[in-house]
Amino acid sequence: MSTRIKRRSGAYYRAMRRVRQIALGCVTALLLFYVLFPYYWAIVSSTKQGAQLYESVLLPALDFRHYKELFRDANFATSIFNSLCVAISTTALSLGLGTLAAYALGRLNFPERRSLLLTVLMISIFPQVVVLSGMFELIRWFGLYNRVWSLVFAYLIFTLPFTTWVLTSFIREFPRELEEAAIMDGCSHWRILTSILLPLMGPALVSTGLLAFILAWNEFLFALTFTLTEGSRTVPVAIGLLAGNSRYEYPFGPIMAASVTVTLPLIALVLFFQRKIVAGLTAGAVKG
Amino acid sequence: MASVALRSVSKSFGHVPVINDVNLEIADGELVVFVGPSGCGKSTLLRLIAGLVPVGAGDVVIDGEVVTDIPASKRGIAFVFQSYALYPHMTIARNIGFALETLGLSRQEIDAKVAEVAVTLKIDHLLARRPRELSGGQRQRVAIGRALVRQPEVFLFDEPLSNLDSDLRMEMRMEIAKLHANLAATMIYVTHDQVEAMTLADRIVVLNKGCIEQIGTPQQLYHAPQNRFVAGFIGSPRMNFTAVSANVSGASCHLMGPGNLSLDVAITGPGVPAEIGVRPEALSIAAARQGKLTGTLERLEDLGHEHLAYVRIAPETAWSVRLPNSLARTALGTSIGLDWRFEDLFLFDKDGHRLDHSLSHERSAAANGALA
Ligand SMILES: Nc1ncnc2c1ncn2[C@@H]1O[C@H](COP(=O)(O)OP(=O)(O)O)[C@@H](O)[C@H]1O
Ligand SMILES: [Mg+2]
Repeated sequence: MSTRIKRRSGAYYRAMRRVRQIALGCVTALLLFYVLFPYYWAIVSSTKQGAQLYESVLLPALDFRHYKELFRDANFATSIFNSLCVAISTTALSLGLGTLAAYALGRLNFPERRSLLLTVLMISIFPQVVVLSGMFELIRWFGLYNRVWSLVFAYLIFTLPFTTWVLTSFIREFPRELEEAAIMDGCSHWRILTSILLPLMGPALVSTGLLAFILAWNEFLFALTFTLTEGSRTVPVAIGLLAGNSRYEYPFGPIMAASVTVTLPLIALVLFFQRKIVAGLTAGAVKG
Repeated sequence: MASVALRSVSKSFGHVPVINDVNLEIADGELVVFVGPSGCGKSTLLRLIAGLVPVGAGDVVIDGEVVTDIPASKRGIAFVFQSYALYPHMTIARNIGFALETLGLSRQEIDAKVAEVAVTLKIDHLLARRPRELSGGQRQRVAIGRALVRQPEVFLFDEPLSNLDSDLRMEMRMEIAKLHANLAATMIYVTHDQVEAMTLADRIVVLNKGCIEQIGTPQQLYHAPQNRFVAGFIGSPRMNFTAVSANVSGASCHLMGPGNLSLDVAITGPGVPAEIGVRPEALSIAAARQGKLTGTLERLEDLGHEHLAYVRIAPETAWSVRLPNSLARTALGTSIGLDWRFEDLFLFDKDGHRLDHSLSHERSAAANGALA
């Protein structure tokens, strides 16, 4: 018995292909608009003054007064410095600890491995608000309140689980024979990690590191709760607490200028590591 | 150089037994090939010897010394992996010299040794490249180079040629044979390729479900398999089998089976035949009802240098016949006879053990003759 396949003319399939291409183009354009418009709007707004802000003009006014004021503001510089410290330390610590944990979880066989992995996953389930008060107490006990380091300590609670998780799955997919070859070549666990695994984990490290950095850079709730004075604020809090010229004016323009400014480093980072990120996200999908 | 011995070695992963009580003595300088169906534990056995997997029970002995608890890198063993397992981020030179680096040799020493090995394996022009820029055959050479540079006493190869195409496989097979002749090192070689096993091996170890079925020279395994498993595993196309019913009276035995099989054999030991086997190359075509078996010619395959015929002797059994010349296509579908010389007949009891019959000794003699 044979099933007859209905076939149409070549012109039909050509037309279908064109339609599909156009549809794909439209969807892509919509998505891009959706993703980019808020940022564009922030740029536009940041160059407008006073009443201009309330007109829905799509073109920027190209008035950079807000930016100038921003850079004259010593507190803003301090908060950028604080943010950099926090984000870099958080990233470094979570990558360092995450790699060690991932190697143990992904490679060494010990009985508690499964439950440990589950615990790691559980930690990342809790919403921030739930851990907030407990974390606050912890930070007070450690005497870290109103210190920048309190934030590093707090952020690790959500960056560490996901770096560990992602790196564990990367290490798991790592070819067993490669590691055995290293063992035959006389490598210790430490040397396998540093000489074989780490160099090959570059993409995974970059993409998870970047995510950790962005999380730490943008975090607001912990940063607001655990810091008090201007000297220890990070950028999101500083922006959130920007005051207007008067009680009744919402400082929309300066806020937008500040937001655009602090997003630039992130964009620069992402562009710089672009190729590596793509490689990292697809790592293991295709065996090279 | 070193001998290798396994003493009652067993290994389970979780509750799954993978290696069951394996005993094996490998002489210094011998090349032993492990063969067996996929998943029978060949790689695991190799890893146990290497120390990459801790043994469950028993001992691994190298050069007369128990090394069961000695770490892999201190056993004087080199392992060539199936996937080559080259470090992707290192140059070929560094790949080869990495073990020496770990040992803490000086840069000059390492470079000198790497260069020497590279020349031997004809990869000296590739030293600055990275593994992904190499072809499969070249990667294989690097993998062997990485083993060579450490001057190990024992080489372990896990299906080293299985990723190569057939031309390269033949070339590399000869290289490995040459290497073995030159180094006179002990080598253990896992393969599922019959030709590799038969041509390279001093002795072949046939494994099945984690147990050794038989150890012997290629000729012994081919001519005098101890059981049905080995008989079916060695040889390609595989040996033809069919179940028979036996009527024993004293030393003589009458066999009846499908395809009008009716045969008298003289059994020289205890046991009752339950199955007979004949290799495809031992069969010849006879006229219908003239041979020892009768069946329907079902299919002909022309491989150029040889011809295969498939003869159905029972609804669920077809025998393959290897012939030097093609049969006429017109014979397809007709009834033909199959014949063989008596010494080419193998008898197996119901547990699969081979039984000797009065002419078996000629075959064993042939095996021993081939040995000498
Ligand atoms: N690390 C391991 N953990 C669990 N089971 C394993 C492991 N390594 C091998 N096995 C199992 O042991 C059996 C034998 O494997 P292997 O030695 O690789 O077979 P072969 O090389 O003969 O094909 C297989 O069933 C395999 O699934
Ligand atoms: Mg294997």
